Amino acid sequence: MSRKSNLTLIVMGLWVLALALAPSLLGNYEVRIAISIAMFTALALSWNIIGGFTGYPSFSTAAFYGIGCYVGALAQRSGVPAALAWVAAAAFVGGVSFALGAIVLRLKGHYFAIGSIALVDISRLVISSWGSVTGGGNGLNVPLLEGRPPEVSALVLYVMLGIMVLAFVTNVIVDRTRLGFGLRCIDQNEDAADMVGIDTTRYKIAAFVLSAIFPGAVGAVYASWVGYIDPTDSFDILTTVKVPVMAMLGGAGTLLGPVVGAFSFVMLEEIFWANFLEWNRAIMGAIVVVLIFFLPGGILRLDWKRILRRLSDRSKARSTDKGSAKE
Amino acid sequence: MSAILELSNVSRQFGGIKALNDVSFSLHEGEIVALIGPNGAGKTTLVNAITGVHSPSSGKVVFKGEDVTKQKPFQAARRGLARTFQIVQPFPRMTVVENVAASALFGGNPESIAAARDRAMEELEFVGLGHVAETPASSLTLPNRKRLELAKSLAMGPKVLLLDEVNAGLNATEIDVALDLIRRIAARGVSILIIEHLMKVVLSLSSRVLVLHHGELIAEGPPQEMVHDRKVIEAYLGPKFAERFQKEMADG
Repeated sequence: MSRKSNLTLIVMGLWVLALALAPSLLGNYEVRIAISIAMFTALALSWNIIGGFTGYPSFSTAAFYGIGCYVGALAQRSGVPAALAWVAAAAFVGGVSFALGAIVLRLKGHYFAIGSIALVDISRLVISSWGSVTGGGNGLNVPLLEGRPPEVSALVLYVMLGIMVLAFVTNVIVDRTRLGFGLRCIDQNEDAADMVGIDTTRYKIAAFVLSAIFPGAVGAVYASWVGYIDPTDSFDILTTVKVPVMAMLGGAGTLLGPVVGAFSFVMLEEIFWANFLEWNRAIMGAIVVVLIFFLPGGILRLDWKRILRRLSDRSKARSTDKGSAKE
Repeated sequence: MSAILELSNVSRQFGGIKALNDVSFSLHEGEIVALIGPNGAGKTTLVNAITGVHSPSSGKVVFKGEDVTKQKPFQAARRGLARTFQIVQPFPRMTVVENVAASALFGGNPESIAAARDRAMEELEFVGLGHVAETPASSLTLPNRKRLELAKSLAMGPKVLLLDEVNAGLNATEIDVALDLIRRIAARGVSILIIEHLMKVVLSLSSRVLVLHHGELIAEGPPQEMVHDRKVIEAYLGPKFAERFQKEMADG
């Protein structure tokens, strides 16, 4: 088991290194994609803690991300240095998720899912109505990061990679400690978890907070990068749906699942945007449906050995067929 | 013998229904007490009231001299007040040993996950599941699932064990094995309150029987007496039969 998890760490390390090399080896477009991958991997890994380990289908990612955007932006506008503003955003979102989690985690299953979507909408409404502070529907300009564009995007990439690594390390720690064990118990049978002495409320809130702070930081960094935020963009319902899909595409509840899922999804999206501009949403929808029906455990949980064996059997069978046809 | 678990005037209402009405009794250290009663008498509700699943609407539950009336289930488990479920509740996608390790880790007080696993293995050997430790919990047969429930409760190092129909659905041979196991648990110094329908189990295990009917404790005493108690027979079989039965007993 430890050999397998060491392999996981090595794979992840190489992947981070590969993404980090993008600015020095590839062009602007590729760096943008790398940032996108790092960003969504961080989000999917965060979701994995509440949605994967704990089995609570949270759709709150966009709420945390959006609040992070605004807290980071407002802090920077009042003169706080960028790096500090990002940390502040993560901390603030952590606090918010603690308070909201205590309420919304009383719900289970579908009710929790709906409640967690409501958090996104409520946050968006609060931000867009509180015009005197947030600029309302006009949005906010955020002080731009200093430097030439390639330097800025390299910096953003490194910061996003940093958050992604932190989110991954958090996943590893959760996976190996009693917190993760407890969360898995809650996922499989919450009543029984309660009965064996797990303080389920505290564990669930811990998972919710851990799944919130990284999206908060990601949001704040994103705001600094693009230089302008508004409520519809920050609290995009699509973000909130995409992130769980990514984690499930790779394999929810595994360490590398969200990483594989986020990468595959971002690449697919890139291809579809480029080639089928009008149809990409429909194609995304189709992917979600296919995922639910044929890949409920995600890419990583497929029995790859069996699939390869079957493929090789089939190709063998075909070659013997040809052989016998000749005779 | 001092009381380790004491209920005084415990009631529990669900809307207009009084599922438990003014129930008082105590469980002494090292004792096996059976709780019997017809279906719907409130036996499981009583266990739920003790372990905090449905806290009592009124009355008091005292465990080891501490008022635990308002406790949550996880607190009951950590205090050493363990229970099993009538419908078994494993973690289906974990192995048998992981299931028990979870109890040991969170309900007991081990130093590490590895220590919890060792503890779990001991309990699995004790209940006779050592040979299936690494199989998924969902693949166990019913008697083994019941044993898994027992191992899970034992891993928490309980002082009091509430057994909710651990023998339901077992055949005669399996029951004999289960009886032996329950005796061995009691020998470890665990006080046991056992909910049971099978009179064989009640008669051979318990030193005292509590009879619950319509949420009220209608009789309490040694098992042999309870079997002939008029109120108990009435509760199970109706007043007409009770009358006939008593006449027949009197006539010899």
